[in-house]
This record gives sequence, structure tokens and C-alpha cells, in this order.
Amino acid sequence: MYKSWWKILGAVLVMYSTIAGFLASVPPLPILHQSIRNLYFHVPMWFAMIVLFTISVIQSIKYLSSSNQINDSKAVQSVNAGIIFGILGLVTGAVWARFTWGQAWSFDVKQNFAAIAMLLYFAYLILRNAIDEEQKRAKISAIYNIFAFPMMVVLLFVLPRLSDSLHPGNGGNPGFNAYDLDSRMRMVFYPACLGWILIGYWIYTILFRVSALEKNK
Amino acid sequence: MKKFTTTLLMLMLTLQLFAQGEGSAIADTLAGSEKIYVVVTCVAIILIGLLAFLFSIERRLKKLEKKS
Repeated sequence: MYKSWWKILGAVLVMYSTIAGFLASVPPLPILHQSIRNLYFHVPMWFAMIVLFTISVIQSIKYLSSSNQINDSKAVQSVNAGIIFGILGLVTGAVWARFTWGQAWSFDVKQNFAAIAMLLYFAYLILRNAIDEEQKRAKISAIYNIFAFPMMVVLLFVLPRLSDSLHPGNGGNPGFNAYDLDSRMRMVFYPACLGWILIGYWIYTILFRVSALEKNK
Repeated sequence: MKKFTTTLLMLMLTLQLFAQGEGSAIADTLAGSEKIYVVVTCVAIILIGLLAFLFSIERRLKKLEKKS
């Protein structure tokens, strides 16, 4: 958490993916045209969010087995960081949809369920604020978190596949990798994902350290 | 002062009248040029979001510094 090599690696990867994301060549696509480059910015937001929520659920499980308050505060701070990325993913998705699907919010299943997944985690934070006693709050919210995580996974990756959706990879639509994520795009897309995940983890560690300082005062 | 506010309010009224034309112009620009400006908008949104987060951290740190 306190070493800096992975922070530098994350910064370099995000820099690389931003520059290459604008300048590298992309396959010619109908409707999407150059906006396919959003793949390097919109999708890594969600990957970063999922990694942060995974960290959160691991910390919650650790809290339940150890009853250590540090695990609880790690769990809540990684949710805080994950929500930032989730909101950025929703907003960039809405902007992208406005110019490719025709409407910012067309009540597509993927958009709706992503918004509901966000609400699940807002509920987690509100639940925490509602309980005053520290140990009770930690225990109840840890259990809630363990239930919320599989719900989030189902909402984002299972339910949208069962009905019609405009989003690639859902409702019978092939994912981008099926037809147009060629090797040139992979060279930018994978570093972008890793870079943004590292930046997300960095944000989580900063939040955790500030909250630890606030508690000590 | 009163006159000033009235003028301002009147100006806002006219702004609203122009808004529709302006909005579609922006939408046309974003949809044009092979939609590259959609990507620019999204990158700008991500940057604004992360910078806003940075400011919130800054505020929390300032509070801590005041206490110590």
C-alpha cells in the first residue's frame, strides 16, 4: 500500500492508453466510427469499480472472521472509491449512448441494472450511517456487503444477457472482442484496464489513509 | 441594483429562447467528425470527476491539519 512503483506503473499505463487511445488506429465501424475509442475510457471505469468492490467484499469477510475495525474501514473506503468509478462509468456510458443509440438514457436493461447496482452500494453507505454503535454497524454492513456483491455481479453480467439490450456483449449482441477488438486495440485496451484498476486502488488507499488519520484524532 | 437584476433576468429569458438552437448545434458538433468529440467529452467527464474527488480529499486534509 505504501510502495510507489505500482502507482507509477498505473500512471504510465493510463498516460499511454490515453495518448494511444486517441492516436492509434482503429478499425472502421458503422455508427460507432471514432467513438469506439471510448472503449479505452468507459470500460476500464467498470473494471476498476468491480475490482474495488471485490476488495471491499474480501475485507468484509475478513472483518467477520477477525472483528478488526481496520478491515471494516478498508471495506467502506473501497466502496467509496468504487462508487466514484461507477458514476463515471454511468455518465460516460450515457454520453456515448446519446450519440450511438440516439438517447442518453433509453432504459436499456444494461443501463437500468447498472444504475440499480449503484443504488445497492448507496444503500450500503446509508445503512452504515444509520447505525451509531460501531461494532454493530461494522457487522451488519459487512453482512449486507457480502449479499450486495453477488447481486451487483448478477445485475451487471447475468440479467442483461437474458433480455434484449443495445449494449455489446448483452442480449445476443456479441461483445466487442467477438468482431472488432483486433490486436491493435487489445494493445491499448488491456493496459488501459490495468492502469485504471491501479489508479482506482491508489484512490482507495488514499481514502483509507485519510480516514485512519481522522479516526486517530 | 434593481434595474441590474431585471436586466439580468431579461437576459436569462432570452438565453432560454436561444437554448434550443444552441443545444442542437452542440449535438451536431459532437456527432460530426466521425464522433471523436464523444470520446473527448467522456475523457473530460472522467477528469472532472477525479479532480472533484481530489478537491474533496483536500478539504478533509485541511480539516485534519487545522486540528493538529
